[in-house]
This record gives sequence, structure tokens and C-alpha cells, in this order.
Amino acid sequence: MYKIINKSVKRIDAYEKVTGKAKYGADLNLTHQLYAKTVYSKYPHAKILKIDTREAERLEGVVAVITAEDVPGNNIMFGKFPVLAKDEVKYIGDGVAAVAAESREIVEKAVRLIKVEYQKLAGVFNIKEAIDKNNGKVHSEIEDNLIEHSHHLLRSGDIEKGFKEADVILERTYQTQFVDQAYIEPEAIIVIPDPYKVGVEIHGSIQNPYSIRTNVATVLGLKINQVKVVQSTIGGSFGGKDESVMLMAARSAIIAMKTGRPVKMVLTREESFLESSKRHASKAKYKIGAKRDGTIVAVENNVYTQGGAYNNKAMFVNWRASIHAAGPYAIPNIKTDIYGVYTNTVYGGAYRGFSAPQIVFANESLIDELAEELNISPQEIRIKNCLKPGDELGTGQILLPGKIPAPLEKMINNVCKKTDFESKRKKYIKERESFNPIKKGIGLSCTFRGAGLGGEGIDSASATVTIDIDGSILIQSGLVEMGQGMRTAHAQIVAEVLGVSLDRITFCNTDTSVTLDCGPTVASRGTLAGGNAMLIAARKLLDRLHKRAAIMLDCNIIDLVSENNFIFNRLDKSRKLTFKEVVEECLKGQGLSLSAQGWYTPGPEKLSSETGRGNAYPTYSYGASVIELNVDTQTGKINVEKIVAGYEIGRAINPQIVKGQFYGGILQGLGYALIEEVRNKDGYLETKNYDDFLIPSSFDMPEMEVTIYESDDPVGPFRAKSVGELGIELMAPAVANALYNATGKRIRELPLNLERVLLGKTLRK
Amino acid sequence: MAANRKIELNIKVNNKDYKLFIASNKRLLDVLRDDLGLTGVKEGCAIGECGACTVIMNGKNVCSCMILAGQAEGAEIITIEGLEGPKGELHPLQEAFMETGAVQCGFCTPGMILSSLVLLKNNPSPTEEEIKEAISGNFCRCTGYKQIIEAVQLAAERMRGGGM
Ligand code: FES
Ligand code: FES
Repeated sequence: MYKIINKSVKRIDAYEKVTGKAKYGADLNLTHQLYAKTVYSKYPHAKILKIDTREAERLEGVVAVITAEDVPGNNIMFGKFPVLAKDEVKYIGDGVAAVAAESREIVEKAVRLIKVEYQKLAGVFNIKEAIDKNNGKVHSEIEDNLIEHSHHLLRSGDIEKGFKEADVILERTYQTQFVDQAYIEPEAIIVIPDPYKVGVEIHGSIQNPYSIRTNVATVLGLKINQVKVVQSTIGGSFGGKDESVMLMAARSAIIAMKTGRPVKMVLTREESFLESSKRHASKAKYKIGAKRDGTIVAVENNVYTQGGAYNNKAMFVNWRASIHAAGPYAIPNIKTDIYGVYTNTVYGGAYRGFSAPQIVFANESLIDELAEELNISPQEIRIKNCLKPGDELGTGQILLPGKIPAPLEKMINNVCKKTDFESKRKKYIKERESFNPIKKGIGLSCTFRGAGLGGEGIDSASATVTIDIDGSILIQSGLVEMGQGMRTAHAQIVAEVLGVSLDRITFCNTDTSVTLDCGPTVASRGTLAGGNAMLIAARKLLDRLHKRAAIMLDCNIIDLVSENNFIFNRLDKSRKLTFKEVVEECLKGQGLSLSAQGWYTPGPEKLSSETGRGNAYPTYSYGASVIELNVDTQTGKINVEKIVAGYEIGRAINPQIVKGQFYGGILQGLGYALIEEVRNKDGYLETKNYDDFLIPSSFDMPEMEVTIYESDDPVGPFRAKSVGELGIELMAPAVANALYNATGKRIRELPLNLERVLLGKTLRK
Repeated sequence: MAANRKIELNIKVNNKDYKLFIASNKRLLDVLRDDLGLTGVKEGCAIGECGACTVIMNGKNVCSCMILAGQAEGAEIITIEGLEGPKGELHPLQEAFMETGAVQCGFCTPGMILSSLVLLKNNPSPTEEEIKEAISGNFCRCTGYKQIIEAVQLAAERMRGGGM
């Protein structure tokens, strides 16, 4: 029995948040700080003829103005992002200059005094224009607008033979929109010059401290150890506080080095929407072949993701997509190609799901369309084809029983049973003809998701655990807390291993000068990889403590147990010591170290670049959901009434936090399905703030029933695997399928807003 | 220039009286954050949409980004910093938010708690619909609202029980 894990203990970072004491980036202030702001491009694509900064420089209180000329090192960062655009602007969010002044008011005035002369250029603004050879290039050196290394493929079986065997073949195209993570905290950065290192120290809302450190060092022409990055409390990120923060940090760092003063840059909501990454828009062509009885024999797909002007994620996003594009089904013949394209628009990056929301929308809509064509039920077609123990994935990886669980069949059946899916579905089809303009519908979707980074990169993670003389424990991870609850999960793991109460543990903000670089906090790997590192570090310490305690208690080390702040002999429980006594003896009596590093690395996953085949991920998580909704056929308004979802995640370190992740993911998924859309008109951003870019409010919350399925998946710490992203991806297809059930109308483009539901198209564009 | 004109502002914040001289174009949000250091008041959109800047002004929850400082002359303001008791005891709403898992990134939390507080002052036994209505001006991107609603229900129950 576990004492601390698998329990809904209070978050260890809740107190400072409910009292308003937590310090987010914008809450940090330093004496003599400067306020910095970026001057953004006026056009989506133009040549820069001249930048005149003189008037701004003359304004009293302006301390520095920088342009591309002032970048001491490399102006181009990973993904082609320029710190400041030099000769050409490639999208509306490009920075052309940055200003720093004594106050916010002055800097706001100063940015308006920078005069830039442009020569407008034609541009490509969507996937279709980007692919079409005659429409011009975003980057002159790239002929076909194809993002470098963004083409990923999967080849399995013989696709032509597969389609020959099919009785039914369907071809469909699905499209999804750009959306913003829309975390409520806009990005904030403060850069402090460090005279000792002749470098800088950067604080702020930073999701990936190590990549910011490397990029800023390159921009400043410094060594990595001259840049230090410390994470502040982050007000949500979901993948987003990365590129925009990297740009802000780079610009502010240049000014800090130039002026010798701290520089603070906080984005307005408008700037955040303009300059931060989006979930890639996508266009997915699918072809699927099946036997009369519903057995799927072949899937071919061609997916384009829209990367925008610069991109440092398409190569990774698309790889994940390539593994999952045929869905959680055992299909013998698969041909998948995923491409990313440049456009003169806002750019795509990481947003919770990392390709899954797009891919799963397409694939799970398609499965329902196929079921309809074959006249079998959505439940039956999924049960027939879904991954089962022993099945082989398109990558050739086998779901070995005991190694990688495959519980989808049970999960699909459960959500259907709980909602009375089949009988309601049939009833609602009959009611389509009734006079009531409000129609009811029910829809199903399921998914699988590779846990962690898999073949995308090395999934290493670091942790440091230090026990002090009073028995208090400090833990540090190279991965960051963004609200997801990672710190609490890590603390629970350490407390469980050491047999101490949670109140002994405090967490340190991630600091690149202290904790080892272990890559970004992405891919729902905070618990999976980060938790494993904690586990390793804590076990090392437990071992040291027990070695000493065995001598102190004069017993065998294997008979020792740590529990409830005591270490005792399980054969004679009266023979015991307090945790603190053993700590004191180790540190003071013996001069031992009670600090340990945990380094977890599953090693590289190996895949063939020609076929995309290999063990893509160490394991997978699963999900299934049913949505019940009603739609007003006179206005097109969809009202989601109820969601019943099941998720298999190995084991929940903290069930309450896990559920919170799912509820939050579900609502974001509904926003994506129904209302959210970043609109670009010829490259100009139309959705500038929350009044244009709508996100779900409390009114949009349906009844939610989430079941967590636990399994004996051995990969993660205490069998816990990935949680964070899984919640979101089931929503859009389930809504689209329920809408079809209600109205007989199939909509293949998101979001399913009033116009699309009512007219089948949007009014603008 | 009009923007730089200083005005006198008398306000009571978290039970303390202040007499301030501030630029007339400042928002209440800026006064609270910059002049009084109450950074529990958050800025998320500056257009009155997200509710992160919510404070209680004369008993009503308002978006402090939409109020010019001068409009707050003579007003009584409560921010999240004003909820703790004299010995640092937490308000039942703060306790409940921690217990039900209503806090993730925490950026919406101060505003969310203050809107809930106004609700419970006026309506000690709100229905789920009434809670949804009361916090509908406060966006939360993390939680999906469910555990927040549970927190308000839990706090309401405890407060009815004679807690506060
Ligand atoms: S900052 Fe005031 S409502 Fe958003
Ligand atoms: S907890 Fe993050 S916005 Fe509400």
C-alpha cells in the first residue's frame, strides 16, 4: 500500500497561489529597471527599406533603441526566427526594432516614433498557396516552401494491394484552424546584466529554460555558461511560452548588455496573440479502404501542417503525427506522409496535443464516415479494428502483453455502455425528421498516444534531491512547473520513496546554473521522465540512509523499512529510529553526502528514416469518450451537455491533479471544436484579444464524467505515465460525430461554429 | 500634458486608508500593482474580458483594468491580499480552492476567489448555475472550471456552518 502516491494530496504550490503571493514574471521588479517594447512589422510580407530611430531616440526617457544591426552575435535563432528582422519582414509579428525607456508610458510613446519604410511584397497565406509553385516563396532559399526536416512518413505493408482488397474506399479531406494556447498570463521577461559572468540572468514565464539559454547565448555571442535562466511561476503555457519568450529574452538581453541595466518586457494580450506560437493549422487528405464486415485494410494519408513564417517545431510535431495518423487501429497497410509549409502568417508551434488534435479530428471523423458507409455502428467498427493486446502498430512495434497495455476495447465499450450510446444514437437519427428545431446527438471517439518524446529526441530528465540536517528535503527538477502539478507529483514520489511526510519537501524553481539540462518540458513527460529521475535520486539517498540505519539498528539492510518519518526493522518494529536521527548520523556523525542526482534516460528510440518504422515510443496511453449535445438548427448553436471519458494512464500519482488535467484538457478541446479560431486575413491577424478570440467560460462547461484506468505499465515511476495532453484530442471528432448524428450533416472543418453548422461554410475569408 | 497631470486619490484598500498622488491616466489596476505592490491583482487582457484583474470595489467585483484611478476616489477596495485573517488564517474560499484542486497555474485564482466571495456574500447557498454565472467573467484556461465550482460549493457549505 502506498502512503503518499496515488492519493489526492494538496498541491505543494497552492498556498502562494490562493493568497496572491506567487511571483509571476510581471510581478518582478528591480531598481533602475528599463521597460522594453518591440516595434512590430506593419505588413505580412515586405522589404525593409529604412528604419529611422532618431525621433524615438530623442524622446526624453528613452535609453536604448536596437535594430538587427545591434545584435552582437547571431541574429537568427533555431527555426530561422530573427531576433529583429533585417532586410525583410515575413509576417505581421516580426520585430523590426526594440526600445527601452525609463517608464512604460515613455516606451509606449517611443515605439510609435520609429519610422520604418517598407516595400510591400506578395505573400502566401495558407497551405494551398504555399504548395502552389507559382505563389512565391517565404524564404528565398526554399523553393517549395517546405519546412526543413518536416516531411515524415510511415510505410507499412503494401498500400496498393491493401486498396485492391477493399470492398469500400472513402476519400475525405479535413481541415483545422490555427488556435492560440491563450494562457491567461501574457509573457513576461526580466533580464539582469551579470557583471561577473559578463553575461545575463533571465527570469520570467519560461517553459523551456535550456533552449532559451542556448539561443540567447548565441545571439549575444557568449558561451552558454554566461547565461543563466531562472523560471518564475508560470501562468499557464500548454506549449506556448517558448518562441515568443525566446525572442523577448534575446531582445531584452541585448539591451541589458548594452545599457548595464535590468530590462523588463511584458507583452500585452495583443502582442501575445501576435507573436506567440499557435497550434498548426492543417489540411489532411485521407483515403481508407475496408471490407464489407468493417475490417480496415488500408489507410493512406497526406497531411499538410501550416508552419507560418518561421518554425522550430514542425519537424517534431509532424513526426508525432506520422506515428499516430492511422489512429489506434490495427491496419495492415499504411502510407502516411506529413509535410510542414512556410506561410507569411503567424507561426505554428507546440500546443497541448502536439499534432494529435488535428490528426485525431481527421481520423476519428473518418472512422465514423466509414461506419456510415458500411452501415455498421461507430462502436462496432472501433471495437473490430482497435488495437488489442499482441497487435502490431503501423511502425512494426508490438503491443506485447505485460509490456505495453492495450485496453481500448474495454474502454470503448465502457463509455458506450455508460451513455447508452447505441440506442440513443438510433433514436436521435429518427428524431432528425421531427419538427423540433433543437436536435440531440451523440458521438464517440477514441485515441492512443505515445508517451513522452519517443523517437522525437532523447527523453532524459534530471533531478536533484538534497536532505538537510533537520530532515527537510529540497528537490529540483530540470523540468518545469507550469500549473500542471508536476512539482506535487515529484514531491509525492520522493516522499513515498523516503518514507517521509510531504511537508518536509520544498521545491526549487528551475535554474539552469544549478540543475542539469534535460531538454524541454513537453510531450507530457514531466512525470514520466522527470518523475523517474526523482525516483532514481530518492532511491540513492534511501540506500545511503539504510546502510547507516542498519548499523545503528544492528540489523540486515533488507529488513529496513522507511515509513511515516521512521526507519525501522520490519521483523521487530520496536527497533526504530526517526528519519531525522538517521539523517543527523549520516551528515554529522559520518560526514556523508545526502544530496543525489537522478538522471533518467531511456536511450534513443531507433526508427528507419525510409519507412518510419521502429519502436517509436516506450509505451502508449489511451482514451475514449462519448459526447452528448444538442444543436439549435435555426441558429447553428451547439450546446454540449455531457461528456463521459475514460483515460488509461498507468497509475495516477495524484488522482485529483490528474482529473484536473483532464477537465482542463476537455474544455480546451471543446473550445477548439466549437469556438476558437485565430483568423488571418491575407496575413493580417484579425483576432487580437479575447473579444475576438473566444475561449470557453464557465457557461461552456458541460457535465463531465472522467474515469481513470490504471494498468501495470512498467515504464513510468510507480507505473505512472503521461497525462497532460491526452484530454484534449478526443473532443473535436466526438463533437463532429455527434453533430452528424443530430443533423445528418458532416462538417470536416473546425471550428464547428454557428456559421459552419448552419450554412456549412464561414461568412468571412 | 493631460496624461501627466497628477491627482489626489483617497482610497481604502484591504482596510487601510491611503492618500496617493498619482498620474490621472492610471488605471486602478496600475495603482494597486505599481503603487501599492499588490501584485496578486493580475493583468491578462486589459479590455475587461478575462477577469484576472478582478478586485472587490464597494462590495462589487469589478475589472480593475477598466477603472480609471480617479473613479475609485473614496472607494473601498479588497484584493486577494486582504482575505487572510490577522494571524494569516486563510479564508474558507482559499482553503477550499486548495483542497478541491481548483488551482493549477494560479493566474486566474485571485480574481476567481474574489468573484466567488461576492457571490457568497450575497447568496450563501448558490446553485451550480448561480456559481457558473458568478464566475463567468473570470476565464480559467487550466482547470475546465469543474474543481473551481466544487471549491465554491465546499466553501459555501463551511461558511454556512458558521465559519465566517
Ligand atoms: S485584465 Fe482586466 S479583465 Fe483582463
Ligand atoms: S488555474 Fe490557470 S488560468 Fe485558472
